[in-house]
Amino acid sequence: MSSLQTASSRTPGDTGLIGKTLFYILLVIGALVSIFPFYWMFVIATNDRGAVFHIPPMLSIGGEFLNNFQRVLERTDFFRALLNSLFVSSMVTVSVVFFCTLAGYAFAKYDFPLKNGLFYFVIATLFVPTQLSVLPTYIIMAKLHWIDTYKALIVPAMVNAFGIFWMRQYISTAVHSELIESGRIDGGGHFRIFWSIAIPVITPAMATLGILNFMNVWNDFFWPLVVLKNSEHFTIQIALQQLFSNRDGLDYGMIMSATFTATLPLLIVFLLFSRWVIAGLTSGAIKS
Amino acid sequence: MAETVIASQARSSKKPFLTEQRRSRITAYTFISPFFILFAIFGLYPIFFTIYLSFYKWDALGPMKYVGMKNYDLITSDPTFWISFSNTLIMGVMGTVPQLIIALLVAVMLNSAMTRFKKTFRVLFFMPNITSIVAVTLVFSTLFGNNGMINWMLNGLGLESVAFNSGWWGVKIAISTMVMWRWTGYNAIIFLSGLQSIPMDLYEAARIDGANRRQQLAYITLPLLKPFIVFVTLISTIGALQLFTEPYVYLGQSGTGSTRQEGITMVTYLYSEAFRNGFFGTAAATAVMLFIITIIFSMINMWVSGRMNGDTEGGKA
Repeated sequence: MSSLQTASSRTPGDTGLIGKTLFYILLVIGALVSIFPFYWMFVIATNDRGAVFHIPPMLSIGGEFLNNFQRVLERTDFFRALLNSLFVSSMVTVSVVFFCTLAGYAFAKYDFPLKNGLFYFVIATLFVPTQLSVLPTYIIMAKLHWIDTYKALIVPAMVNAFGIFWMRQYISTAVHSELIESGRIDGGGHFRIFWSIAIPVITPAMATLGILNFMNVWNDFFWPLVVLKNSEHFTIQIALQQLFSNRDGLDYGMIMSATFTATLPLLIVFLLFSRWVIAGLTSGAIKS
Repeated sequence: MAETVIASQARSSKKPFLTEQRRSRITAYTFISPFFILFAIFGLYPIFFTIYLSFYKWDALGPMKYVGMKNYDLITSDPTFWISFSNTLIMGVMGTVPQLIIALLVAVMLNSAMTRFKKTFRVLFFMPNITSIVAVTLVFSTLFGNNGMINWMLNGLGLESVAFNSGWWGVKIAISTMVMWRWTGYNAIIFLSGLQSIPMDLYEAARIDGANRRQQLAYITLPLLKPFIVFVTLISTIGALQLFTEPYVYLGQSGTGSTRQEGITMVTYLYSEAFRNGFFGTAAATAVMLFIITIIFSMINMWVSGRMNGDTEGGKA
């Protein structure tokens, strides 16, 4: 791919130096707008609570982070919420990666009646607004006595259409049918072949799906808000929102120190795996 | 080798009930079944139950009472419902239209031959999308505060301060900005992958035929990018109609603030009917209305993109 780009880089000449400069200025402004809020979050988190509306705006990092964060711990069980989110996101992610890979593999490598129809059905479910099913799902959860439990968050999310779609796209090109055939000749069962022949080839795709899914669950707000009642079960997003709900002079230093701490793990994961995440998203969209 | 496969299959299929073919079909159905079971319980059944529920009066605890179309009458005669409807549309347009245009521009720039540090820029532009909506809203609520940075900048330009947390337009601008900030880079990356899927030799050929940049854009880039544009527009529209978290968190500091008229959306209305007021019937009717609106908008989307097809064939990516 990079050779293609260098091939096309022989086009310049028709845009002068000024155009080029303007071009990069625009890109840099865009990039700054994208990252400034992260920096701002950290600035507010590390300065005292008056800093947020300081005029002119405060742009330097201060030394108040621990004091601010101390006030977070006084008001909520922050680390408990962080662990809750970690637990729920991990459980959902493991399950999503497993079941979506399994289904994607079947759609990519098996022949069975109604295969295409069922696959289009899976895609179509992507376009159904989730809010349409919120009320009955809530009622189901109430009947099962799953309200205010993690089961209510984990079970409905255990497999999803995007993951199936994405794994199918990847598996149909990455896993060669001859490999599967030869596994079958060696007498391997269907699941054994899936597990020991297909899985090793597609771990990058599984990892990408896992990261994307983990971020989505970690960031989810609406459904946890509906089903979680007791503050000790709150996920990190609900806990953050709760910090914001007191009107008596919002303590933004405190709020931002919590927000920053809650964002940091995802930021690190993303920066470490950004190539996979972005490549995953783009190749997933390509065949749509 | 193909022969050995057939031979081994022939050997194993001594006409028992489980032929190799049947076994592999059963396996395939088993592998895909988790999705369909889960979707049946938490997707399909709820859709029908929501429609059913919309004709009943129910508080989720006591007995259900059939009321016919009364729930629909109740919400359509409630001004707040219509405010939530128009808010959703207004913020949908404000958040989505500029966002898609900017995303397209960013994608073209990132794809441009002269851009250095492509990978770094891609990561930076994508970063907003990894933050949770709650975090985005909290950060932007400081920037949009009465004495916040945005108003400071407006004052610096000689403009009046805007009441971003209480004004009719102020709230909408603030919320649309949050949506835009979180999704522009994401959509730019999707567009970028579309641009990169266009074969370079098409441009080479066009250049040899004497097509200038604008013609290349109009006759190669845009038609071939069309499936991506349609996809992104569709997903963004559906997302915009479901707007909830930003206004809920942004206006919600005082408990019921999220139902304030400046920022109430259809999903906020639904949420508050069901989980604050205990009117599951009207909430279900709202959900059905939302679904119908979603379908209408998706169809408009498809129709417009079909019309745009024009003389240049928009091939499939």
